[in-house]
Amino acid sequence: MFWRSPIRGPWLTSVLGTLLVPAITVIALTGFIDHWAHYGNDSVGPAGDIPALFHFTASWPSWSYAATQGMHVTLGMMVFPLVLAKLWSVMPKLFQRPVIKSVAGALERISLLGLVASVLVELATGMCMMQDWTPGNFNFTTVHYYGAWLFGTLFVLHACIKLPVMRRAYRERGVLKPMMEGVSQTKPEPLDEGGLAPINPAAPTISRRGLLAMVGGASLTIFAVQAGESLGGPFRRLALLAPRGRVFGTGPNDFPVTRTAASAEITSAMTGTDWRLTVVGARSISFSRQQLLAMAQSTRTLTIACTDGWSTTQHWTGVPLATLARLVDAPQGAILRPVSLEPGVTSAALSSSLYSDSRSLLALRVNGVDISLDHGYPARVTLPDVPGTLNVKWVRELRFEAA
Amino acid sequence: MRRGLRLGFRRRYGASPLHLLAHLVGFAIVAVALDRVFSGGDMKELLVWYLGFAIAHDLVFVPAYTGLDRVFRATIARLPLRTRTGPPVINHVRAPVVISALLLLIYFPLISQRNDRWFFDLSGHYPTQYLRNWLLITAVLFLGSGLIYMVRYVHARARPAR
Repeated sequence: MFWRSPIRGPWLTSVLGTLLVPAITVIALTGFIDHWAHYGNDSVGPAGDIPALFHFTASWPSWSYAATQGMHVTLGMMVFPLVLAKLWSVMPKLFQRPVIKSVAGALERISLLGLVASVLVELATGMCMMQDWTPGNFNFTTVHYYGAWLFGTLFVLHACIKLPVMRRAYRERGVLKPMMEGVSQTKPEPLDEGGLAPINPAAPTISRRGLLAMVGGASLTIFAVQAGESLGGPFRRLALLAPRGRVFGTGPNDFPVTRTAASAEITSAMTGTDWRLTVVGARSISFSRQQLLAMAQSTRTLTIACTDGWSTTQHWTGVPLATLARLVDAPQGAILRPVSLEPGVTSAALSSSLYSDSRSLLALRVNGVDISLDHGYPARVTLPDVPGTLNVKWVRELRFEAA
Repeated sequence: MRRGLRLGFRRRYGASPLHLLAHLVGFAIVAVALDRVFSGGDMKELLVWYLGFAIAHDLVFVPAYTGLDRVFRATIARLPLRTRTGPPVINHVRAPVVISALLLLIYFPLISQRNDRWFFDLSGHYPTQYLRNWLLITAVLFLGSGLIYMVRYVHARARPAR
């Protein structure tokens, strides 16, 4: 027989499965929160092709989206070793004879094929998206989101069906007892119905706790090289493999961006002295940058968090969006559609509860200086607790439209 | 009578009626979700992705690393290492290799600069430092594993052999 590892068996698989349950639950919940944040009613989704399932509230701390999305991406990467170890532990099942024992066995085989395929696709698409790389010709949001429904369903089904096997393994072997055994005390588990324990075990070269330590060590290493791009501040430098882990300087504008002005085709000619901000409500007013700076300014510490998982917290100064809404007599409950200089881009509309939040600004300055072109000069929207894409850069128009 | 029916079902189906019900409900949700997934791209391409990942993992990836581990074990068994005086070396090599390989697996798009043009357009910088960082982390992992081995080695020698 090819599969001879003496540590394989129902206990090891149960432990790996038990660890996966909370990890997958947190990843799924934070993923759904991201989806509500993008497509919830408070910010009408830019694509609109995915139905809004839940409402999103802007009354949470301004960093809560950054926290949940950072958790989604970081934990999503950290779960890689655990998933691969879990799949390793059940490999003999794939080659079990007879291939199909019964109708029930056939259904389980089909569901397991779907489970393995969908968890790998979820991990792979998430991992590529996090690194700004799209290898295939498909819509990431659709595949990752509905793929999560696919995977989640099969995961719950699998966990429910295997619950008795897990309980039995813990009852017979003890929940933590096999953790006490070093390599020399490691004995194979007795042959089980599921065919996980080896028929012809080899001599042990690693203990069960040794394998778990390796998995944990791998997850911690991934945390160490990834989490800094979400935590920001002094931790950013530690994110040695994360896409937004670099620090380029100590200046007030030296924090990362998701899109540069160059990639958005913004030129300095578009943002020169001719630039005007048009605010449209019941009436329409045009402002120069000087006029905006002459208005009462508000400074807020806000976290901008990208769906990719990285975030940055800065001190933004500008005119509250609520002030601008009042100046143009925006209709009661109107939605706000910021229009960017970026060609061909329509932004999501913001609900009145979101732009009326005193923390929502049309920011002109950051950390005491003018915002740089890459960060949205001459003016950008900064909002509390929303996906980064809603913080529209290079704003030329603010349209308050009756909802 | 009811007991007989249940046993008959179990004999024919292979599990309890609840098992069947759970699978039918699960498969119904899966069918809807799969239909939605396919709306995000070319159905054939996506099907190849899904099945390809499962097949590549189960029939290529796992047998490959299992085989590599066997070759590695056979090799160090033949090496004239004097491991009898200390704890076995094997897992102090396996752990850094496995962790380093996992990092490469997860971060290969950045490490191999697969997306460098796209990445440059977005961030204004070429992702050139990731290969260096990965090698650096790998070196640190080996160093750390070696240090732990040394501590264990000294510890094992300080204690009288049993």
